[in-house]
Parts: sequence; structure tokens; C-alpha cells
Amino acid sequence: MRQIVDVNDLSRSFGSKSALDGVSFRAAAGQVYGLVGANGAGKTTLLKHLLGLLRATTGSVRVFGLDPVRDPVGVLSRVGYLSEERELPEWMRVDELMDYTRAFHPTWDASYARELLESFALDPSKKVKELSKGMRAQAGLIAAVAHRPELLILDEPSSGLDAIVRRDILDAIVRTVADDGRTVIFSSHLLDEVERMSDHVTLMHQGRVTLSGVLDDVRRGYQRSRVRFAEHFDQPPVLETALAMEGGGRTWSVVHSGSLEQFRHSVTARGGEVVESRDATLEEIFLARAGRSRSQVEAA
Amino acid sequence: MDITINVTDGVPIYRQIVNQIKYLVASGLLLPGEELPPIRTLALQLKVTPNTIVKAYGELEIAGVAYSRRGSGTFVSEGRPQLALRERRRIIEQRIDALLAEAHQLNFTADDILRMVRERQAAMDPGTTAEPAAGKNVEK
Repeated sequence: MRQIVDVNDLSRSFGSKSALDGVSFRAAAGQVYGLVGANGAGKTTLLKHLLGLLRATTGSVRVFGLDPVRDPVGVLSRVGYLSEERELPEWMRVDELMDYTRAFHPTWDASYARELLESFALDPSKKVKELSKGMRAQAGLIAAVAHRPELLILDEPSSGLDAIVRRDILDAIVRTVADDGRTVIFSSHLLDEVERMSDHVTLMHQGRVTLSGVLDDVRRGYQRSRVRFAEHFDQPPVLETALAMEGGGRTWSVVHSGSLEQFRHSVTARGGEVVESRDATLEEIFLARAGRSRSQVEAA
Repeated sequence: MDITINVTDGVPIYRQIVNQIKYLVASGLLLPGEELPPIRTLALQLKVTPNTIVKAYGELEIAGVAYSRRGSGTFVSEGRPQLALRERRRIIEQRIDALLAEAHQLNFTADDILRMVRERQAAMDPGTTAEPAAGKNVEK
């Protein structure tokens, strides 16, 4: 598969604060990449490097094989971007915003833009500053996708939006990938959305990538088991491969990594039995991994 | 096509789609020769990445449930009996795996389990006879 994004050992600090620390990230054509992590984990900073809005302190960033800082036109004309803040020129009307965006993008597909405007029921004569939050997102989305970019980057696209506008955004992701195999990178707090929409998932924590891979492979590495012990535990008992435990007394729910066999052994050693096991959901994995301190994550 | 995705039960989404389409075929709600929705359509309907649909349809082809015609689409296969056998095996094998795991937990060997299966069968159907399984392991 053709490589679209290649970030290698990227570090970036703001003053003395480290925002990205040795981040590597790759994206291939025709795939959807979900980026998850708590606020301040470095997702937006990483995405801004792909757009050439920030310069790498160390490491390298390549998009379509180009350096986005040195060749912003070469990169940005082929990229669509919707930021969390959805910065749009407030004084423009919606139709003016479309004309303005079109001027930067020779590949602008006017009939696609019109189709989206109609399906969102956006009034082209309205000023951006008069739009509701959902309408702003829809206008920003049209501006991001109507030139049919090879790479669509969405930073927290669903944040603060109702179900209808969220659905419009997910539809735009599906269309981008399904129609001639273009690439999407999006960050989100909504883990069920990431689980549905991503082919690959990358988990960031305190400026580092702590987990990255094909979603189904990542998920296969973790399980959630219900465990019953002979004795009561006031504190979660120590189990070898356990990452997170919930419950109390004799019954605990455990998210763990590694083989089920290994986990059973450590449960048996504590006088317990595994009642039931299934693959963990992305949310369970995320909470289990993000809930731990950095040194623990690195040791795992 | 009536498919529901649940992201809380830990089953990979492509597998949920595969299982539900197999069920629709097995129950006659999808007929041999019928076309499955195009990838884009089903991805939009279910709000999942199109590659998941590609993967699910690929699995259905490998399982013989569906076939693709180049440039047109994916269709339900004619060969239902073979599918039924494979599907039946898969369901039973899942139960056997769970049984063996539990047996191991409780210190029974696979041979113990085989003997116990025959015993239970004999108890349920007096027409057949089975060798009594030996040893302490047989009591509940």
C-alpha cells in the first residue's frame, strides 16, 4: 500500500514543556486511522505537524513524501482539514466561504459541495457568525472535503455536536475512503466512534505513542474476564497480566493482556477462578492503559 | 439489510457482520443469488469503515457463503448444504473449546470428557450402551 504519512521519531517542546516525545506514525492509502488519548496527550500537536503548522524540533515529518513546512502548497492542496475549533472567517457568507476555499483547490468538486450543502440544509446566504455550532461544523466539513482531498484530517470532529451532525461527519469519512480509496486520520474522544470507523488505532499518552496497530490486532491482545475468589479482597488482588480491576469482595472484573492461560494461572494461584472471558472493547483497553502511570505503561 | 452492530460486547465488527449475514442466509432471509449491498452502502448504513465491510465480505467468500463477480458485486452462494455443515461444525467447535477449557480447569482430561459424553448419551438414550468411565473424576 502506498505510504501517505511518515512521521519518524518526532519530538516537539513548547518552552520547557515536552508536547511530543519520539513519536513515530505511519499512514497508508485507503485506510482510516483513529487517534485516541486524553486531553493534552499530543494528538492535536501531531496533526498540526502533518499540516506544516508546526515545525519538528527533532525527527521528520513527510506527507505524500513532502515536508509540509518546506512545501505547504504541495501538501495542503491535497489535504482536507477540520480543526476542533473550526476556525472559519466569521464575516463571510456560507457561499463566499465555499468560493474562497475553492480558490485554493483546483480539484474542487462544485457539484459535491452543492449536494452536501443541500443535504445539510445549510443556507448559503447566512453569515458564518450566524451559524449554530452544528452548522459551523457542517460548513467546515464541506470546506474540508469538497476538493476530494487525498488525505482528510479531522481533529475531534464530533466534539460538542449532536447525533445528526456526528452522523454527517461519519458519512464524510466513509465516502472519502469508499470513493477511490483515500486516507483519513481523525482524533476522537468517542471510543465507540473510533472502534467503528478506524482500521488502525493509535493511543497517545503524555506526548508518546503507547499503543498502535491494526484495530482488530490491538483488540485481540486484551481480554476482559470475570473472576471469582474464595476469599474476600478489600483491595484488588495482584494478578500478573491485569491492567485494570473493578469490583470488590469475591467478584472482580479484570482487563488483562497476554494469554488467557497465563491469566488463569495467576488467578488460580490466588485461589480464584475465571468465570467468563471475552475480548476487551477499545474503551476498556484505553481506560486500562491510560489509567496507568507512564513508567508502568513503558514497563508493560 | 437488517444488521446491528454492538461495540460493547468485544466481538470484532467484521465478525458481527459475517455472523449476521450467515444467519440471514441460513434462515432464508437472504436467498441464493441475491446481491449483498455494495460496500459503500453498507458502510454508510452501519457507520463503519468501508474496509470492515471488505473484510467481512472476504470472509463470507472464504466460507463459501458469498461470491463476488468482478465489476458487479457480491452475491449469496448457491451451495447452502456445504455452508450449513461448516457452520454447524463451527458452532459445535466453539462449545467444545469452552467445554475443554472448563474441563482443564476442573482437572478432567479430554479422554475423561469423551467417556463422559458417551455416558450421558447412554443415560439419555437407553438404546445405546457405553463403557462406564473409570475413576473418581466421573462424579460431579
